[in-house]
Parts: sequence; structure tokens; C-alpha cells
Amino acid sequence: MAEKKAVLTGVHFMSGDIACAEGAIAAGCRFFAGYPITPATEIAEHIAARMPKVGGIYIQMEDEIASIAAVIGASYAGLKAMTATSGPGFSLMQENIGLAVMTEAPCVIVDVMRGGPSTGQPTLPGQQDVMQAKWGSHGDYEIIALSPSSVQEMFDLTVEAFNLAEMYRVPTLLMADEVVAHMWEKVVIPPAEEIKIVNRKKPNAPPGNYAPFMPDDDLVPPMACFGEGYRFHATGLTHDEHGYPRTQDSDVQMRLVKRLCDKIRKNADKIVRVEEVMIDDAEVVVVAYGIVARAALSAVKKAREQGIKAGLVRLITLWPFPEKHVARAAEKTKAIIVPEMNCGQMVREVERAAKTTPAYHLPKLGEEPHTPLEILEAIRRHS
Amino acid sequence: MMEAVEHPLLKYLRAAMIPHIWCSGCGNGIILNAFVHALDELQIDLNKLVVVSGIGCIGRAAGYINADSFHTTHGRPIAFATGVKLAKPELEVVVISGDGDLFAIGGNHFIHAARRNIGIKVICANNFNYGMTGGQVGPTTPLEALTTTTPYGNIEHPFNLVHLAAASGATYVARWTTLHVRMLTASIKKLLQRKGFSFIEVVSPCPEIYGRHNKMRTGLEMMEWFREASVIANFSDPAKAEITPEKIVVGEFVDIEKPTYEQLLYEKMAKLMKEESE
Amino acid sequence: MRIEIRFAGFGGQGIIKSGIITAMAACIYGGKHAVQTQSYGPESRGGACRSEVIISEVEIDFPKVTEPDILVLMSQHAYNEYAETVKKGGMIILDPDMIPNEREIEGVRIFRVPATRMAEELGRRIVANVVMLGAFAAITGIVDKEALKESIKANVPKGTEELNLKAFEIGYEYGRKLVEG
Repeated sequence: MAEKKAVLTGVHFMSGDIACAEGAIAAGCRFFAGYPITPATEIAEHIAARMPKVGGIYIQMEDEIASIAAVIGASYAGLKAMTATSGPGFSLMQENIGLAVMTEAPCVIVDVMRGGPSTGQPTLPGQQDVMQAKWGSHGDYEIIALSPSSVQEMFDLTVEAFNLAEMYRVPTLLMADEVVAHMWEKVVIPPAEEIKIVNRKKPNAPPGNYAPFMPDDDLVPPMACFGEGYRFHATGLTHDEHGYPRTQDSDVQMRLVKRLCDKIRKNADKIVRVEEVMIDDAEVVVVAYGIVARAALSAVKKAREQGIKAGLVRLITLWPFPEKHVARAAEKTKAIIVPEMNCGQMVREVERAAKTTPAYHLPKLGEEPHTPLEILEAIRRHS
Repeated sequence: MMEAVEHPLLKYLRAAMIPHIWCSGCGNGIILNAFVHALDELQIDLNKLVVVSGIGCIGRAAGYINADSFHTTHGRPIAFATGVKLAKPELEVVVISGDGDLFAIGGNHFIHAARRNIGIKVICANNFNYGMTGGQVGPTTPLEALTTTTPYGNIEHPFNLVHLAAASGATYVARWTTLHVRMLTASIKKLLQRKGFSFIEVVSPCPEIYGRHNKMRTGLEMMEWFREASVIANFSDPAKAEITPEKIVVGEFVDIEKPTYEQLLYEKMAKLMKEESE
Repeated sequence: MRIEIRFAGFGGQGIIKSGIITAMAACIYGGKHAVQTQSYGPESRGGACRSEVIISEVEIDFPKVTEPDILVLMSQHAYNEYAETVKKGGMIILDPDMIPNEREIEGVRIFRVPATRMAEELGRRIVANVVMLGAFAAITGIVDKEALKESIKANVPKGTEELNLKAFEIGYEYGRKLVEG
């Protein structure tokens, strides 16, 4: 249950960025470190105003590298912690996202995607960082990334991102886009007691017998925090269950990296969320996420009105990729259409899961997300 | 048979992590020794101590100390420590790292943490080069020094770390060499007792990697240099404390008080929370 | 029914705020579904600026305007850019002082509201967008007048509520007279 006085229970009209900030506070986030960047700045601004009133910390760091490092520090000191950025800052954070993966620091990173590469289009939407979300830091790892399609989901999925981060001790990404972040819509914030809150597992072992990276059956190790008397060591180096560096030991590397991947892979069925609309008899299925999924939903409805059997799989979880759902939809359909605000990223995963069913990418770059008409035309072409 | 007696300072070390990785003649052991003595003399509660380090030879020190410790990515220990200190201000948060980690890749974090007066304590082992990667030029390498990436002599002007720290707003600034063990230990005790951003530069020998390119093949030869060149000048102008082959000005340079970031932060927070509850 | 409204002008005219006030009025105070989106350049002041609102009886899937039913235009640039995008049978509400050059547009009703001048007469040019909202309410009848007033109160800086409501009423009266001829 969420902390009552921190939750703005009620019906609101707010922007996606503000809803994200409120979601974080409702989820129990009490530390935010960030650096201004369009179109994510309003998250920081709202947190800066709200956080001290609920006993939380806002600090504007000198850059995004420092922001994510401070977030990991605060997480190890026992707070739920978050940062928010856009593409350029997300790139700067990548090395330390790897550190959070390696040291299993629960934290949330929001990337409000704009057009790239480089400085690109600061005020316009993009979906060009979704592969970076999975592969951006060096080395092998699995991560969790969610994709909100509405202002309500900017609230709901931020709460969920914290819950997943705490449950699996993994940095969890909220991959939003400029439209969802700046859009204003109705948001219903439930009573605190109805908001499900997950907190990291604490060790049962007394100090002295605690091995900080010894996993339970779910492959997730209980987490002690600084100052609790456990006096443990953590490092970005390859380490054993005690947290001690074992950089020359191939067994330790295998065991560690495999577990870091497996704790997400083996729990994928529990983590993955999609929304399926009219796919049972669909001859053409659109797979979309973020703001584009709303254009896709409109297009699918219009297609049905015209007698075309179309359906939609909306990816709420981008990573781990909802492979089974896409595979199931692909089995029964003639064609899959993947509209994305990029030159073809998640479509590769869709193709992999869809096997022999063809997946057609519908790119859109520049000013606006796809219109429903553009997606409808693609549905017609492939029906 | 003689009874085995445990070293009285052993409790400050994480025995499982030892033997350490440092070369013979390296000054890092002296720094660790001084630090552990300071902990002991002040009876610091190890349960309330967090030691953070970055990448480099001295970076391993965090793991050797039997407190909560974290070994970050290269250059980021101060940013990480900032998060720890703000989240739990009651903890003593000490960063022990090297000149390359703190002042090249991590230089931006150093000046901003000092400017904000985050109450973390920073000890820098300055060995004039990147030892762990085999001796490349760094931000404190003296002019004309030979390193593996300045084979014809260094043409970069080095940082004067105590001047940089003072100018950035640090409330306690000192420099010692590993020859000045007692002064260093006393200085670390002061560092641990100060509230604001505090900094000690420890000029440290790296005979295996740096010294051998620069006519100081052993630790002893490097210590000879420290002995001949160092001049104790407490509270002298840090701007004039550049390290040259002839002169290493050591001593305390700054010892002032001003409100820390976390103090101001928690005061504001308490005020706002009180207003909210009314 | 889905109604698409586009407000456009330049940064500093309160264009984005107009959209938020309208959408919030329809949604929170009017019981309908509404969403506001925006588009703006790097300039805080003076750059082209656009704010879009969808109002619907049912849940809104696509939140962007594709063919606006109503255009509210407050700059020549906005007029040149968007005047011809309006749906056949739709309407344009514009500030004629800000838009000296109009073209012939067929099948569209045009309402001219000198909102900037009226705001200046109130002593605050900055409330021109709220004068326009008053006229918009009277001319279109899409959003309830009282709901809009509530939304204005919720969205303007504290201490300026009275001024803004006055601006709204002046605009509303002007719009009402235009409709009634």
C-alpha cells in the first residue's frame, strides 16, 4: 500500500510528465536526481516542487552521468530512486545503467523519447531509443522496459516500473515519447490503499552470514542497504556471491551473468504485459506501442467498420519482449504491420517471433506520429 | 608454541579480500594504513561508514575496508557518494580514489560536489599517472614527465589539486605525501570530523609504473624525492602550491565552515513538511 | 461525436494554455472525454505554436487533430499555415488585427474576434487568449460556459482569476452577438 499523504487520490487533468512524477511519488520514490532536457524537464520540475513536501530528495546534478550514479547511490542507501531524461541523456547514462544491472540496484529511468540521432528534434516525438533500452550498455544483460500510451499509463506504469525494479533488483525503464509526456488527459489516482507497492526483499540472515549476491529460488538476492550493519561490498567488477571481485574466474562470470539474464528471462511470463484488441479472427494484426498504438487502435476500428478483419497487439512491456503474445497472434494472421516512429527497430523482434508470417514495417520520422489513416492504408494493402 | 595474536587493526579490514593487488613500493598501503589508524583513533562506527571508490589501483581500497563499500564505474564515485549522503546523511561517506578517476574522467563531479558542499570526504591518491592501465599521462602528470603516452615528454600542464579544491568551495583542503604518515593520519582525522566537503591529496609513489620512466625506479627513490622537495607550509596560498620537481608544498590549505547541502536540504524539507501537515 | 479543435498562434500568446483550459473544462467539468496535445518550437516567445484538443463522448484513441472542425487562429503565420486545413462545414475563429491578410475559403464559417485589442482595452494584452475562449464558448457551444469558467479558475495564476473571468465574459458577449447577428 502506498503512503497515504503522498498520494494525490482523485480525478485530475494533467500532463504525462506530471502524471509520471506523481506515479513515482505514489510508488514510494523518495530520491530523484536529474538534469534538464526537453521533453522530460517537467518531470524534474514537478518532482522538485513536490518531493520536499513528502520528505523526499530532489537534486539537479551536473549531468546525466552524475544523475544515474547518484540514483544508484541513493538506491543502495535504501531509497526508491529515479531519474528522467531524453535521448542524449539516456546515451550518457548507459554505462551506469550497466552498473545498476551488475550491482542489482533497483531504480527507475524514464526516457521521454524525441527525434534523434544526436540532438535531433528536442520538441518532437520519436521511438528511436527502444533498441538502446535493451542493448545500450555494454555486456550481456536483460532489463525491463515499459511503454505508456496515455497520461493515465504515465502514472500507472511508473508505479509498476518501481514495483518491477524492486521485485527483480533491476533498473527498469519507462520508454515514453514526447506526445504522451506533453499530452494532457484525465488521470484517476486511486486511494493509497488500492495502489500495490512492492518493496525489495530484505535479508533474513544476520550480519556476518549475509552474502549480498546469494540469490533465493527466484534468482533475486535479498538486499541489505548501507548503514544497516551488514557491511557488505558491491562492485561493477565480476563478483562472487559475497560481492568480492573474481575477475579471472570464468565460472563466477558464467554464473553471475547467466543469473542476471535468467532472473528476467525465467520470470518473463510474470513481467510481460500486452493489450490485445480483436485479434481472435484478425487477418491483419498491427503491433504497436506508445503513442503510435493509439493511432493503430483507431485504424483497426476503422478497418473493422470497412469489413476488414484487423486486430491490435499493443506492447506495454517492450523488454522482455512479449514474444509469446506476438507468436500467438502471428499464427492466425496473414500479415503483421509494425508502425514505429523509427526506421525499423521493434519490427526485428516481431519478425523473429512471427516466424513465417510476414511483418511489414511502417516507419514515421519527423513531426508527428502516424495518423490512423496511414495505418489503415497499410492494413488495406496487406488484407 | 607461540599463540597467534590478531593485529588490533585487523577488524577494520576485510580479510577475505586480502592479499591486495598493489605493487611493492606503492604508496596505497600507507594511505590505507593512515586511514585505518584514523578510524581507530576516532573510534568510528564501521556500521555507519560507507567507503566509495572508482576505478584505478587505489580504487580497490574500498573493498579492503570492513565497512559498507561500493566500487563504482570509472570517475563516478563522488556522484554515487552524493546519492548515498543525501539519502542517509547520518552516514559517514568517504571517497578514496585516484587522480585520473577524480580529476580527469570524474573532474566535473568533483568541482560540483565541492561547490554544493555535499558533506562527503574525498581522499585522492595522486601518483601522477594511470597506474592500473600501465602508466599513461594523467591530469597531474608533471610537464616533461615520461609516460607510455608521452614518450617524448609531457606537454600538458598539470592540475594543482589543492588549488582546484579550494577554488571549487571545499571546506577542508590538505596535501601530504606518503612520507608524512603522522600528519596524514592527523589530517584524515580532521577530514572525518568536518561536516562539509573535505579533501586530502596524498602524493603517492608509483615506482613500478611511473617512477621507472622518470629516474625513480624504487619506492625509496620516490620517497627520497618527497623528502627533498616537500615543504610544510600550513595555510599558505593554494594557488602557489603547484607541484614541481623541486618543490612539493604540503600542509593544510583550507579549514572553514559553511552550511552543507544536506543540512540546507533537510531544513527546507522539514519546514515544507510542517507547513503541509498544518 | 469527435470534435477536433486547433488553437494556433505564436509563443507567449497563451495558445497551449487555451487548449489545456478547453480540454480540462470538457473533461473534468463537462463530463466528456478530452485530450490536449501541443507542438512548439525552441523559442519560449514568438515562435510558431499550436495546441490541439479533441473532445468526444467516447474514449479517445488517436489524440491528435487530423482534420480540425474548429480553428482558433491568432497570428498571420498560423492563418497561412492552417486556414485551409479546416474541415468543410467547419469554422474559423480569428483575431483580425493579428491577421490582416485573409484569403477566400469556401464552405467555412469565419468569425472575427479582435481579442488582442479587447484585452489591451482591459489593460492586459496577455488575456487575449481568454477573450478568445469566451468568444469560442459563445460561438461553438461545444463546451459549457460554466465549465470553462471553472477551468479558467483552475489554470490561471492565483490572483488573476477576476481579470481572466472578466476577459472571458467580454469575449463571450462579443461571440454571442456575432452568432445572433
